[in-house]
Amino acid sequence: MNIQSDTAVLRLANGSEYRGKAFGYRGNAEGEAVFSTAMVGYPESLTDPSYAGQILCVSYPLVGNYGVPAPGADAQGISLHFESERIWARALVIGDYTDEYSHWDAVESLDSWLNEQHIPAIWGVDTRALTQELRQQGSMLARIEPLTDGARADMQIVVHPDTENLIAQVSCRDIIRYSAIAQTGVKKTICVVDCGVKHNILRCFVQRGVDVIRVPWDYDFNTIAWDGLFVSNGPGNPAMADVTVQHLRQAMQGDKPIFGICMGNQLMARAAGAETYKLKYGHRSHNQPVRMIGTNRCYITSQNHGFAVDDRQLNSDWEPWFVNMNDGTNEGIRHKSKPFCSVQFHPEASSGPTDTGFLFDEFLQKVMNKR
Amino acid sequence: MRHDIHTVLLLGSGALKIGQAGEFDYSGSQALKAMREEGIRTVLINPNIATVQTSEGVADKVYFLPVTPDTVERVIEREHPDGILLSFGGQTALNCGVELYRKGILQRYGVRVLGTPVETIMDTEDRELFVRRLDEIDVLTIRSYPASSIDEAKQAAEDLGYPLIVRAAYALGGLGSGFVDNDEELTEVCEKAFAFAPQVLVEKSLRGWKEIEYEVMRDRYDNCITVCNMENFDPLGIHTGESIVVAPSQTLSNSDFHFLRELAIRIVRHLGIVGECNVQFAYDPDSTDYRVIEVNARLSRSSALASKATGYPLAFVAAKLGLGYGLFELKNSVTKTTPAFFEPALDYVVCKIPRWDLNKFQHVSRKIGSSMKSVGEVMSIGRTFEEAMQKGLRMIGQGAVGFAGNKPLPVEDIRQALSEPTDTRIFVVAQALELGMSVDEIYSLTRIDRWFLNKLRGIVETDQALCAYNSIESLPVDLLRLAKRQGFSDERIQQALYKGQGEALANELKVRAYRQQAGIVPYVKQIDTLAAEFPAQTNYLYLTYNGSKSDLDEMPAAKDQGAVIVLGSGAYRIGSSVEFDWCSVMAMQEIRAHGYRGVMINYNPETVSTDYDQCDRLYFDELTLERVLDICELEHPTGVVVSVGGQIPNNLALPLHRLGIRILGTSAENIDRAEDRHKFSSIVDALGIDQPEWAEVTSMADLDAFVARVGFPILVRPSYVLSGAAMNVCHTRANLERCLSMAAEVSQEHPVVVSRFITRCKEIEFDAVADHGQLLASAISEHIEFAGVHSGDATIVFPAQRLYVETVRRIKRIAARIAAELDITGPFNIQFLAKENQIKVIECNLRASRSFPFVSKVLKINLIRLATQAMLGMKPAPLQEKAFDLDYVGVKSAQFSFARLENADPMLRVDMCSTGEVGCLGNSVDEALMKSILSVGQGISGKRVLLSTGDPIEKAEMLEACRLLARNGYELYATGGTYKYLVENDIPCRRVLWPSESSETWELKDLPGALEMIHRREVDLVINIPKNFSEGELTNGYRIRRAAIDCNIPLYTNARLATAFIRALCAFADTPLPLKGWDEY
Repeated sequence: MNIQSDTAVLRLANGSEYRGKAFGYRGNAEGEAVFSTAMVGYPESLTDPSYAGQILCVSYPLVGNYGVPAPGADAQGISLHFESERIWARALVIGDYTDEYSHWDAVESLDSWLNEQHIPAIWGVDTRALTQELRQQGSMLARIEPLTDGARADMQIVVHPDTENLIAQVSCRDIIRYSAIAQTGVKKTICVVDCGVKHNILRCFVQRGVDVIRVPWDYDFNTIAWDGLFVSNGPGNPAMADVTVQHLRQAMQGDKPIFGICMGNQLMARAAGAETYKLKYGHRSHNQPVRMIGTNRCYITSQNHGFAVDDRQLNSDWEPWFVNMNDGTNEGIRHKSKPFCSVQFHPEASSGPTDTGFLFDEFLQKVMNKR
Repeated sequence: MRHDIHTVLLLGSGALKIGQAGEFDYSGSQALKAMREEGIRTVLINPNIATVQTSEGVADKVYFLPVTPDTVERVIEREHPDGILLSFGGQTALNCGVELYRKGILQRYGVRVLGTPVETIMDTEDRELFVRRLDEIDVLTIRSYPASSIDEAKQAAEDLGYPLIVRAAYALGGLGSGFVDNDEELTEVCEKAFAFAPQVLVEKSLRGWKEIEYEVMRDRYDNCITVCNMENFDPLGIHTGESIVVAPSQTLSNSDFHFLRELAIRIVRHLGIVGECNVQFAYDPDSTDYRVIEVNARLSRSSALASKATGYPLAFVAAKLGLGYGLFELKNSVTKTTPAFFEPALDYVVCKIPRWDLNKFQHVSRKIGSSMKSVGEVMSIGRTFEEAMQKGLRMIGQGAVGFAGNKPLPVEDIRQALSEPTDTRIFVVAQALELGMSVDEIYSLTRIDRWFLNKLRGIVETDQALCAYNSIESLPVDLLRLAKRQGFSDERIQQALYKGQGEALANELKVRAYRQQAGIVPYVKQIDTLAAEFPAQTNYLYLTYNGSKSDLDEMPAAKDQGAVIVLGSGAYRIGSSVEFDWCSVMAMQEIRAHGYRGVMINYNPETVSTDYDQCDRLYFDELTLERVLDICELEHPTGVVVSVGGQIPNNLALPLHRLGIRILGTSAENIDRAEDRHKFSSIVDALGIDQPEWAEVTSMADLDAFVARVGFPILVRPSYVLSGAAMNVCHTRANLERCLSMAAEVSQEHPVVVSRFITRCKEIEFDAVADHGQLLASAISEHIEFAGVHSGDATIVFPAQRLYVETVRRIKRIAARIAAELDITGPFNIQFLAKENQIKVIECNLRASRSFPFVSKVLKINLIRLATQAMLGMKPAPLQEKAFDLDYVGVKSAQFSFARLENADPMLRVDMCSTGEVGCLGNSVDEALMKSILSVGQGISGKRVLLSTGDPIEKAEMLEACRLLARNGYELYATGGTYKYLVENDIPCRRVLWPSESSETWELKDLPGALEMIHRREVDLVINIPKNFSEGELTNGYRIRRAAIDCNIPLYTNARLATAFIRALCAFADTPLPLKGWDEY
């Protein structure tokens, strides 16, 4: 990268500053600074709606190496390479940027893509030091701006994303239908409650031979027909989606299979009586170990969440299903008798390890078995 | 856990050789530690006496014996182990284990294989089985045809079409493999491969594809993790051991990365690995097409690298998994709180760069390809690729200042040099970029991914930008910062700016001072396995300019008596390998035992010294003046130990001392007085000690004058800047001219050191420890070969058995005088020549020598610990004389790797060419020698011996040995002169023809040719003593020697060693070798 490029600065709410070089869109951005220790997957992460409202700080220093693949979607509108139609993270902070990318399916550089999408970015930052600071002091508000001689901006004006309803911002507005792209004997339909659903989740369903009805986050899915209900991932504070929790409680009166991922886990837990709380710095990485409780089965998972479930308060019908082996936080819950379960991690991966993809199969198996 | 396991046998990997080096000392040591932690008794078989794993306190019982099925069976009989570990001693241990299993020995003695079952090992080792197993899960392998004859191979070639690769089954490091483009090349490679293996595999070549590796762990509950992935900088076609390797992968997208990861896990699960496994993929650079290249169901060089690259102790954890633990039951040994079931996240990038030593060999092919030739490697860590790469290129220790700005290579055709890779390929790429060749063109010639090439081009551009300035003061600070972030050294910046003006070191220090003033300093970062996501109390550190905060601030304040820094030994290379790692580790243990903060600086991923458990702080970083100063400024050491890591730290003594760093032990000035030939020579003269006549000449005229005075033969050492040409003994003027012709010039700037070469002279090693000039302990060993064979290649007997008492007395007296004169404190070594009680000094090093671990272990007195006590000022008492009275003897033999070095002449010379060594004990020299020769694979399995016994003196010398052979029922075959001589002395033998002799003439009719006999494997041992140095003889002899190597037939080229071997062989013709553990002597 050209050393002549402008200096930009990342200012944290606690007064810390990290200077680097600007790339991507030249402008300001504000949000909650969070770190991820994933070593690959920047196109997927940036387009993951769960990063809405956040400034993504990548611990691994070399970013941009393989450029950015072409946008584009299949016939049904499921993105081929990205997790949504746009970048949702508000800004990107990295160590060392590669402009001269190398990959057969890349069409442009990260810099040019960020610029098109109006996302400011900064490189040349000691991302290890930044990660340590965010770990010690917790995720915090931050602003990226060009370094000027002018007065320091006042951090107070930044709105904390946790106080916004980010789910409403990222969810679809209308119902969207997707048809199965693999054939199975029986036609089943999964209702996906879109709290910011990643396209790979949609792909995981249609590739397994089920139709999908994608409904907005606050849509009352109890009013339509489906064989299985899925509550998606999504950004921000689960307390913002009480309406979804109400709908879920109603669905849980029945006994049709329900599955949730990430935000889905938190909303199902709230529907099952538990509270959610904010983690100091969240889990954002590709190497989170989880264990299926009561077994010796352990999985490496991809994660991206700032809130967690306090599973001590679950109703007696429910039990914890998975636990995080690093810090003991909840990684999934399940109903003791009905086919309801959810996980805090991302079985759909993208980005990250694919070890828990079998959970989709298990869920759909329950759907298929249900008459 | 298996509660029924009380004793475990671990098989080591034996001598270091190309393809199997120090990494197995590290993995074995880790496994032994894991067993001990469980209270399991451990028994180790490993003849490699210089290793850390064979030191006191690592295994409960150590056998310095060959890792062969016979020996192992006998040890099993004595020790009754419940379990055996096969995957920590490389291919040697694995092959031995498979053999033991096949013969039913393990079953017979009820020994259980811990970890991956032998059936799985066999599935991965036999290509056909392997392909079948992966077919079962629809995983693509390289289409391959097995062939047991050259005709079958040709048939396969017809089906597949060239280019092809030919591989030998069951071979370490790709031995006997090669790429072939036509029938002729196919025949050539097959011939060689069949010498090592009954079967070859002919495969379609995927040259130019990416090569990606994953290190996978699996426990018995089927839980899997991939600890690390790695990408080869050099595309497929170059063995991963010959390639620069980067971790984590750089050019894979998320879907590429996880697609291959998922495949790796699927494979490991299907095969049923328990423990550690390496999976190598070929990956199409233009699609998602892939092939599995191979799977190593054992710890490997890559796994040692992955351990060091991530901080995840693969070998340690694999050993625990072998005992039945689940990954979730073990802790992450860095964080100590999170479990071992996780995948490390890196926040830095790592480069592994191989180190070759092809200069040391005559006639050797410098091309690199599918079989390994490198002798060592380095690992460098940075937060940009450029930083890691430039550090690494300096670390390999071959004079490079980084990637850019090195002295131009003599390259005739740069395009050809790019497309036909040699050991200097990376510098050819640098040269191409410096000449302005485009990245696309270099890519088309090398297939090195453009990502890497673009980064490298950036380094060259910065270098050129630096060159536009003439002083550090005029250099823009931003450019200086960029250069440092790209890994430029102060030395290179100095060169670029001052262009030879002024004194180099002074300029470098000026750059340093200016830079520090400008606030451009390196920061310390920890390797913590989780990219700072969790707090980690780790002492595993590196330095980077791509940072703004030091992790030392995160570490608890040191509560110790101050730091003592040990400078390690760097890349393994010919002349410096595991023995210096042993010395470094022992010194470190002693330093810590006395309450100091032990700080290690080293960068060799194969070593135990770079295991962060071995010290209080490990700086995995460069051993350059610049970096050592940086670390001294951070650690404020009480002192620095420069005498246990070989020549690299030794060379830093004087500059460090001049810059105010305290050197522990012998003073830097005195180290310099021993290193500087002129200074040392005058000391020796002043002390009245004899030395061979020598001169430093700067012209041919001076050289002739010297020869006129002392006569031939003479020993010639060109300075390395001339050509990298080796040391040589010259017998004639023509010889001398040839030897110097490789040298560009003899001049004032490039002097040549010549000395009188004394023939038929004994060489004696004197290893000792002194304190303030007083001898504390000493060990005298003798070479079996006469002087003229480098001490690293010679067979060494300790204690010396055949020295006059008077000789010993004189040696001790001389050594005492030298120790006093140089006021030595710490380890030192003197080499002597002895001929009829006349003693001459030939070399003196004020540091530990290669033989320190050997003599220490034979003596059972750790000379390095003693030396360290002296250096720390503990005033240890001198050892009692009777401690040196041994009723047994140790013999150290060299391990050669000629088989891997295509075309190299397997002859012993004054310059070292062995890659490793073993040391064995016995009640007699014969016994110890026999064990050590078996340990380096030089034993004989049949009864047919081919002899060419050299000049008349050597013929006479070998006469009795030949008689012994005949008497013991060996069939002797001899070339002309030797045949005649043996027949005249009534020793029955058959004549064979030299390669240059024709059987067409009537008197030679029907005589077999030596070469043909070797190729048909009609001989079991070749003794070929080079007679004189005429071209013809060299060629004839060379062809026989080379054929013996290529056909894997044991070869002896030294009359003294051959004689000693024959004596030992015949002494143990009917009696089995007594086996005893180290502690039983």
